[in-house]
Amino acid sequence: MIEVKNLHKSFKDAHILKGISTVFENGKTSLVIGQSGSGKTVFLKCLLGLFSPEEGSISYDGNIYSELTDDQRRNLRAEMGMVFQGSALFDSMTIQENVMFPLKMFTKQSKSEMEDRADFVLKRVNLPDAHHKMPSEASGGMQKRVAIARAIVNNPKYLFCDEPNSGLDPKTAIVIDNLIQEITDEYNITTVINSHDMNSVMEIGEKIVFLKDGLKAWEGSKETIFKTDNKIVTDFVYSSELFKKVRKMYLEERD
Amino acid sequence: MQYLHNIGAYFLMIAEMFRKPTKWSVMRTLILKDIDDLIIGSLGIVAFISFFVGGVVTIQTALNISNPLIPKYLVGFATRQSVILEFAPTFISIIMAGKVGSFITSSIGTMRVTEQIDALEVMGINSLNYLVFPKFISLMLYPFVISIAMFLGILGGMIAAVYGGFGTLEDYVTGVQTDFIPFHIIYAFIKTFVFAFVLATIPSFYGYYMKGGALEVGKASTTSFVWTSVVIILLNYILTQLLLS
Repeated sequence: MIEVKNLHKSFKDAHILKGISTVFENGKTSLVIGQSGSGKTVFLKCLLGLFSPEEGSISYDGNIYSELTDDQRRNLRAEMGMVFQGSALFDSMTIQENVMFPLKMFTKQSKSEMEDRADFVLKRVNLPDAHHKMPSEASGGMQKRVAIARAIVNNPKYLFCDEPNSGLDPKTAIVIDNLIQEITDEYNITTVINSHDMNSVMEIGEKIVFLKDGLKAWEGSKETIFKTDNKIVTDFVYSSELFKKVRKMYLEERD
Repeated sequence: MQYLHNIGAYFLMIAEMFRKPTKWSVMRTLILKDIDDLIIGSLGIVAFISFFVGGVVTIQTALNISNPLIPKYLVGFATRQSVILEFAPTFISIIMAGKVGSFITSSIGTMRVTEQIDALEVMGINSLNYLVFPKFISLMLYPFVISIAMFLGILGGMIAAVYGGFGTLEDYVTGVQTDFIPFHIIYAFIKTFVFAFVLATIPSFYGYYMKGGALEVGKASTTSFVWTSVVIILLNYILTQLLLS
């Protein structure tokens, strides 16, 4: 479980996060949504420890990050998996080497054990034959799946994804969404996803945190987001005619 | 103020580079890869330039000695001194700032732009140790490159002198052996080690701390080349003053 309390982060004069508090529970897929510039990426980078907040705390299963020693932080980070917006695969390595990389760094497994584990996770993300390709030879969807495979290869407790669907066609985006949710359920991971994609919100948002101008404007789930009257949320989520109709049909069905 | 900030950040980067070492089995592979990229990959251009510049130094020296009282072996002597004291350690280092320095800045800068450095940090890896330390270690073999540059510079001079009709082989060899001071070689290699450190760290600094996109990677490579060259020239002056005066 990740617990965030009163998180503040500024860059020079720009106050980006203005006191965010929330909880991300184990085994659940949580989405952080909001407009561009609302502070989602800064929030995620604070969770990852890439940015240090000026105020507030983030605790991982009760351990407050800012109070951990360097070694404890390194051990904690070894339990995190991250899927970056642009995949961030190491372009000098093959797909298999990318997936094996966290194992090489943090385990004492033999080469064959690492290869077996890489084979297993690559099959899990439906890429059984891509081992020897370079990242530049893979499509955007394949790169995202490799990034997921690399993120889960070391059995992380926490999985973070920064806009995993960006740049993907709708069908591949759904495949990636479902894959993340399946993996979250299967391994009981605490998953936090930054997203703009309303399909993701409707499909996998077991918990949704809506950020607006660095503040938490709303919190709920994919069920409650249909019913909310919060104008800030409805203006953002139901900005397209399609989603307005979907919401109307959902509410009519419920009535 | 920005210059002071950069100087401080540079020294902090160097301190961080030695902390939290990467697993040796991984580091060994990185060092071997960097030796291939930075040292072996530079031998061709260094050999080519050294050979022909050695020849040019010989021809120009020979053409400028018109006084018949000056012995012919001076051509070999002047070529040896130019190549060992300045051309091989300093001139080749400036060329390496362009070749190796740009490569280091652009490769690390691209990793920054594409979030690969963030990926390393998220995994709990000291990205400075992972990226910069192997380059620093592999460039400790840089004196090997400079030795080849010295040898080929003097060889190029010899071929230019003999086949260009500027003197005999005996004169040239006599000149090369005249008044040889072994400390000059030590001086050249001390400079080379210092320049190797500069070549590994300044381009890494500009790549690692760059901000922006692809355009900024290009700008960072240019800035890194300028500052690496400036620092090499300044250190060359300081070391020469300290060691030879």
